Amino acid sequence: MRLSRAEYKEIVRWTDHLRPTRQCMKMLKDRFPHHSQSTLLSIFSLEYQKRIKRTISMHRSPADVERYFQRYLSEAEARPTAPVLLELANEMDLSPALMARIILDRFLQDVDGGIPSKTVLNSMLKEPSLIPDQILANNIYQCTINDCCYGPLVDCIKHAIGQEHEVLLRDKLKEQNLSFLDENQLRTMGYDKTPDIILEVPVAVEGHIVHWIESKASFGDDHSHRTYLNEQFWSYWNRFGPGLVIYWYGFIGELDCQRDRGILLKDCFPTDIVTLCHATQQERTPEAPKEDKEWKKGIRRVADEKPGKKLNV
Amino acid sequence: MAALLESLMLRKVDINTVLGWLKDSFTEPEFTVQKLEFVPFLLNFLREQSSQVLTNGPATPAKTPSFSDKLAGRSTSSGAGSRSASRVQLFSPAPSVSPGSESEAAGPSGLTVGGQLRHEGGRGDLHSNEAGRWEAGGRRSARGVGGGHTRMGEQVSPPFAGQLNLNNLEDFPPVGSSPISPATSKPSRRINPTPVSGDRPHSKPKTCFTSTPFQKASSPLLETEASDGLMTAGSSMRLKEERELLKREKTKRAQQVASPLLSALDPCTPTKTGARTGSKVTSDMPTSPEPSKVTFSSELDVLVELYCTCISENLVPNIFLELFFVMQLLTSWAHHTHDNEEQKSLCAANTEVLERCYLRQVHNCVYFAVKVLENQFQWVLIAHLDKCTLRLLAENERVACFSPDLRDRLTQAQDRSTAKLSPSASTFIHSVPFQPATDNRSNFFSDKAFHTFKKQRDVFYEVLREWEDLHKEPGWSFDAALGGRIRGIMSQLTSAGNHSHFARLFLKQLVQVCKGPRPSSSSVDAADADLLGMLGADSLGRLKRLEERLIQPHGVVGPCPPPSFPGHQEFFRDFIQTASCCQLNQHLQDSLCQQLLQLDEVSILSPAAPIGDGEEEEEEEDGDMEQQKQRFSSVLLLARLLAKFLGFISFFPYQTSGRPSRDIQETSVALRSKVTSLPVLDVCAVLNNSIRRKRTILTVPWLVEFLSMLDFIGPLLLCYRTTLGSLLLLYRFDSADLSEEMCYLNKLLLVSVLGWLFQIPVIPEDIFLTCEFTAAVREADGVTGSAGLDCIPLVDQRLLYTCCPFLGEFRKLLAAFVSGSTARSGGIIRKITPTSAELKDTPTAMRSQQKLQVDLEQAFFHNQPPSLRRTVEFVAERVGSNAVKHMKATLVRELVERGEKMLRDGLESPNSNASMLNESICARLCEAGLEALAKATKYCDEKSPEAIRVLLPDETTPTVLTTSENITKRLAAEKACGWLSANITGSEIKTPLRSRFDGFTVTELVPFLLHLRRMKINYTYLVAVGPRTDDELPTGSHLRTLIHRVGDTLTCRKVHEYIRQTPVLDLLIFVCMDHTLLLFFNLYLVPDFYI
Repeated sequence: MRLSRAEYKEIVRWTDHLRPTRQCMKMLKDRFPHHSQSTLLSIFSLEYQKRIKRTISMHRSPADVERYFQRYLSEAEARPTAPVLLELANEMDLSPALMARIILDRFLQDVDGGIPSKTVLNSMLKEPSLIPDQILANNIYQCTINDCCYGPLVDCIKHAIGQEHEVLLRDKLKEQNLSFLDENQLRTMGYDKTPDIILEVPVAVEGHIVHWIESKASFGDDHSHRTYLNEQFWSYWNRFGPGLVIYWYGFIGELDCQRDRGILLKDCFPTDIVTLCHATQQERTPEAPKEDKEWKKGIRRVADEKPGKKLNV
Repeated sequence: MAALLESLMLRKVDINTVLGWLKDSFTEPEFTVQKLEFVPFLLNFLREQSSQVLTNGPATPAKTPSFSDKLAGRSTSSGAGSRSASRVQLFSPAPSVSPGSESEAAGPSGLTVGGQLRHEGGRGDLHSNEAGRWEAGGRRSARGVGGGHTRMGEQVSPPFAGQLNLNNLEDFPPVGSSPISPATSKPSRRINPTPVSGDRPHSKPKTCFTSTPFQKASSPLLETEASDGLMTAGSSMRLKEERELLKREKTKRAQQVASPLLSALDPCTPTKTGARTGSKVTSDMPTSPEPSKVTFSSELDVLVELYCTCISENLVPNIFLELFFVMQLLTSWAHHTHDNEEQKSLCAANTEVLERCYLRQVHNCVYFAVKVLENQFQWVLIAHLDKCTLRLLAENERVACFSPDLRDRLTQAQDRSTAKLSPSASTFIHSVPFQPATDNRSNFFSDKAFHTFKKQRDVFYEVLREWEDLHKEPGWSFDAALGGRIRGIMSQLTSAGNHSHFARLFLKQLVQVCKGPRPSSSSVDAADADLLGMLGADSLGRLKRLEERLIQPHGVVGPCPPPSFPGHQEFFRDFIQTASCCQLNQHLQDSLCQQLLQLDEVSILSPAAPIGDGEEEEEEEDGDMEQQKQRFSSVLLLARLLAKFLGFISFFPYQTSGRPSRDIQETSVALRSKVTSLPVLDVCAVLNNSIRRKRTILTVPWLVEFLSMLDFIGPLLLCYRTTLGSLLLLYRFDSADLSEEMCYLNKLLLVSVLGWLFQIPVIPEDIFLTCEFTAAVREADGVTGSAGLDCIPLVDQRLLYTCCPFLGEFRKLLAAFVSGSTARSGGIIRKITPTSAELKDTPTAMRSQQKLQVDLEQAFFHNQPPSLRRTVEFVAERVGSNAVKHMKATLVRELVERGEKMLRDGLESPNSNASMLNESICARLCEAGLEALAKATKYCDEKSPEAIRVLLPDETTPTVLTTSENITKRLAAEKACGWLSANITGSEIKTPLRSRFDGFTVTELVPFLLHLRRMKINYTYLVAVGPRTDDELPTGSHLRTLIHRVGDTLTCRKVHEYIRQTPVLDLLIFVCMDHTLLLFFNLYLVPDFYI
C-alpha cells in the first residue's frame, strides 16, 4: 500500500502512545480500518523500534538494572504465579522482551558469577525451560510471547515473512516465465553484493528497465528506506544497473523519487511487465522443464524452514 | 609590409603581381617583405580597421606572432605596433583631445594591451581550473576587438564632446588618479568592480587567443607617446581604469537624464548600452547597410582580393577564425550618427592611406564580408556548413541586399546539405556492470582487498551521484564536498593494493558516461536544426532567441574555445586532481595508453572484409557504409575522450600557472628531454605510422586532444615539437587540399581540429614560422594495397560538429543577428535555466514501445559478459551478409531475368510507352523485392540460432541463449532487409527523379537500368534501348564531352549517391535524354564501372 506522507504521519502520530501488545494492535486496526493490518503493524513496529532505541539507554544503567531486578525478585516472591515481569515492563514502558533480557542477564550474573555469553542468553530466551529458575522461566516466557516487536519469536516471524515473500516473488516470476538468478546462485558465482533476484533478461516496468528485484516484507518509511538505499539498493545499482524494490507492506509514496535514476518502488508484484518481445514467444516451451526444477529446489528450501514458521503460527 | 599594402591600395603595385606572389610558394619575391609577415599584417590591419564596428560576439584575433614582435621592433611606417600602448595615455591629457578625434580616442580607451603582453599576461593559470586558466587571455581578447568594452568606450564619448562636461573631473581625471571620491557622483548602488568585459563568475572562458590586433588610436600625437613600460601595465592597472570607466558611465547617465537635449546635440552615438550596465537606451537606431553608401569600394576590392587569396592559399592560421571574422563583419551593427559626409571627410582628411577608415562603416563592412563570401563560395567550405547556418546566411537580409546571387547559391547549397540526424545513443544505464570473471573474489589477493574494493565501488558511485546532484549549485566546491571521501578511497586503495581494479572501474565509468556526444548540447542542437529549419526567419528570430537562452549559457564564444571538460568529464578530471594519487594515475595512464593504441589499430572496415575480395564487398557497400561510419564515429569519439584524459594525466605534473620565464624553460627542457626519455606515448611514431598507413582521419583527432593538454614546456621538447611540426605540415597540406570534393568532410575535420589546436595558448606561436619541418608528410605510400581510412568518406556532418562544437558558433552568430540579441544585450545572452513543469515521469511514459525494446536489448547485454555481445554482433553481421548473398544468388537473379525479359519484350513492341513500361516493371520488381525481404528474414531466423549455439559457452543458461538467438535473428534480418530494400525495391532512387523529369521517359529508364546493373544484369541489354536510326546520333564532339563527364561521375563506385547528389548528372540526363546517350554510356563506361 502506497501511503502519502501525510497519511503516514497521521498513523505515526496515533501509534505514538501504543504499547506492543495485542490489545493495542487491535485499537490501531480499528482506528484505521482502510489500511491493511500488516501495513499498520509494520509501521507500528518500526516506530516502536525507534522509540525503544531512543529510550533504551535509560533502562540499561547498572543502577536501573539493579532496581528492576530487585523489584522483580521481591514481587515474584510475593506473587509467584503473577506475570510480574510483564507488568514491570509495561509500567516502565519498556518492551517486555527487552525487559526479560535485562533481567535474565542480571540473573545469570548471580548464578555464574560473570557476564553470561550472548549465545547462552539467546538460547535461554528462545527456550525458557533452560533457565534454572522456574518462576523466572515463566516470567520470561510471558514476556516474549506478549511482545509483538522484539524477542526471538518476533525475529522468527519476521524472518519467515521475509522468506515467504521471497518465495512469493519467485513464484510470480515463474508465472511470468521470467528466468532469474537468486541470491544463493549469485553468492556462489562470487558476487560481492546480492539482491534477492537478478533477472537474466531484463524487463521494463512502467517504462523503467529492471535488472534486479529486492523483496522487503516491511513498510518502507524514511529511515529504513534511507538505510536500505545506502547499504543495498545503490550498491545493486552500482553493479547491475536499475532495479525494482518491492515493499510488500507499502511505503511512503514520496520516497519513490529515484525512478529515473534506476530505483523503482512498488508495493506488489508489478502487473505491466514489458519483456523483450521476440524473446517471450519462443522461450516458453524449451524453458519450462528447467525452471520447474529450480522452482522445486526453491520449495524444498522453504520447506526446510517450516519449523520456524510453525512456531509463529 | 605596410608600404606594400599602401602601394597596393594606391594602385602603385599591380594587384596581380602580389596575388601571384602570395600564391606561389617557392619564388622568392621581388618584394622585400616575407609572406609570413605580410599575411599577419593584413589580418591585423583588417581587424584593426573593423574594431569599432565589431561589437557582436567575441573577438577573433588571429594568432599571428610574427606581426607584433617584428613590427614593434621595426616600427614601420604608420607605427601600428606602438599604438597599442597609447591608450594607456588616454586618461591623462584627455580634455585636450581635439574634437575631431575624440570619439575614436575614447573608443579604445583602456582597452587592448598590445601584442607584446602576450607572454606575460596572456597566459593563464593552466592547472588551477578552467576559468582560471583562460581568464587572462579571454578577458583581454574580449576587450581587444569587439567585446562590450568597446562599447563602454564609445559611451564615454558623449560627455567628452558635450562641452559642458569638459571640466568634469569625473570624466577627465588626472593620470593615475586614484578613485574619485564618491561624493561627487550621485549616490547609487555600488557597481561590483570586476573588470567590465571580464566574464561573469560562472561564465566559461570565452576565447583563448594569445594576441590581439591593435586598436586604432587615430590621434597622431598620442602615438609618439608609446613606451614599452606602459605596455606591460598589469591587470590591476586595467582594473582601476575600468572602475573609473564605470564611474564616468554613471555620471554620464545621470547627466543624460538631467539634460536630454545635450545628448541630442552630441555628434557621437549617444548610446549603445551594454547589457552589463543593465539599462537599455532606445533612442538609437542601428544603421542598416546599403550598397549605395559604400565608400572606398575599389580599395575594399583590393583588400578582398588579398584576403581571399590568403585564405585560399591557406596562409591564414585558421580558416574558421577568418570565416567567423567575416560573419562578424556581416552581422555587425555600427552606431554612427556621423553624417556620411562628415565621416568621409574625416577619413579623407587622413593623409595616410592606411589610416583611412575602410571598415568603419557598416556599409563597408557588409560589402567586404559579402564580397569575401562570394569569393569563397567557390571554395566549398561554406557549402559544407550545416543546413541551419546556410539557411540563416541565405535569409540574412544583408546578403540578399548586397548580393542576390550569393543568396541564391546559398539557398541551393542548403538543399544539398545532407545533415543527417541519427538518434543519439540511449544513455539509460550509467553504471559499470559487475562481471564475476573480473570482479569476484578470485581476482583479489585477499579477502580484505575484495571487501575493501566492494566499499570503494559504492563510495565512488556515491560521490558521483552527489556530484551530479549538487555540482551546479552555487558555492559548491568539489574538494570541500567530496575531497575527504575521495582521499579516503585513495588511502584505502593504497593499503589494499587495489589500484588496478579501481582504475578499471574509473575508466569504464568514464567511457560509459562520457562517450556519446554531449547530451546537453548536441542532441538539442540536432533537434533544433531540423525544427528551426522549417521555420522562416521571422518566427526564427524569437524562437531562436529563446532557444539560445535556454541551451547556451554564454552567447557566442568564438570559433576557438579553449579545451574543456564538458559534462561529466569535469567530474573525472576533478576526481583525478583531488585524489592526486600517483599510483592511481600510473594505472590510469597505462590503461589509457593501451586502450588508445588498440583503438588506433582497430579495423573500421567491416570486420570480415578481406582486401582483394573487392567485387563481392562492393555490392554490400551501401549497407555497410552507414555501419562503417557509425563504427568509425564511435571509435573516434572514444579515442578522443581517452586521449584527452591521457594527456591530462601525463602533463598534469608539469602544469604551471603561466608561461615560465626563458631561463626556467631552458632548464626544464634540458631536464625533461633527458629524464623523460620515454614519454608516455610515442606520439611521433604513432603519427608517422598513421600517416604512412593513411589512417590520419582516425589518429589525428585524438592526438590533437592529447596534445591540447600539453603544458608550456611540452611543445618545446623534441618529440612533441616534431609531432606538432608534422601536424602543421599535415594541416597545410589538408587545407590546401580543401578545394577537392573527395572526402571533403574528412579533410574538414582534420583542418578544423588542427586549426583549433594551433590556437591554443600553450602551443607556441613560432611554430607557424618554422620551416624546419620539411619531412615529406604525404610522400610515403609505404603500405600499398590496403586502402587507408583517409580515402573513405567516414566523416559526416554530425561527427564533424560533435568533434568541433565550435563550428556551431557561426550559426549562433547568425541567429543572434536575426534575433537582434547581439544589439540589445551586447552579445551576451542571458542564460535561462529551464525548469520542468511536467511530472518527472512523463518523458519515460511517452517513450515508445520500440525504444523500450531497444533499451531492453541493450540492458540485456549490460549484465552479460562482453564476449556475448561481440558474438551476437558478429554472427548477426555475417548471417545478414550471407542472407544478402543468398538472395542475390537465387531470388534476385531470377527477378532480374524476369525484368530483362519484360523490358526486352516491352521495347520490342512497336508502340511501347516506355514510361508505363517502366512503371509496371518497377511495380513488379518491388513486389518481388518484398518477397526477398521475407525470404531473407526466414534465412536469418534459421541460420542465426545454429551459429549462436555453437559459439556461446555450454554453460550459458537457456534463457540467455534464447534471448541471444533472438537478438541475433533480429539484427541479421535488419541488416539483410536494410540492404535488400535499399537496393531492390529501390524506390528512393526513382521517386525523386521521376518527379523531377516527368515526361522524359528515357531519363526515367536511366536510373532504373543503372539499378539493374547493380543487380548484375548483363550490360548488353542496355544496347536494346540504343539508337534505332542514324538521325538520333549526336555529333561526335558533343558526345565526347558528354561521355567524358558522365564517365567521371560513374566511375565512382557510389553511383546511387551521385545520382542523387550531383546536379551535374541530373543535368546531363536532362539535356541528353535520348537513346544515344544510353548506348554510349553502355559501350564506353561499363568496363570502367565494373572494375
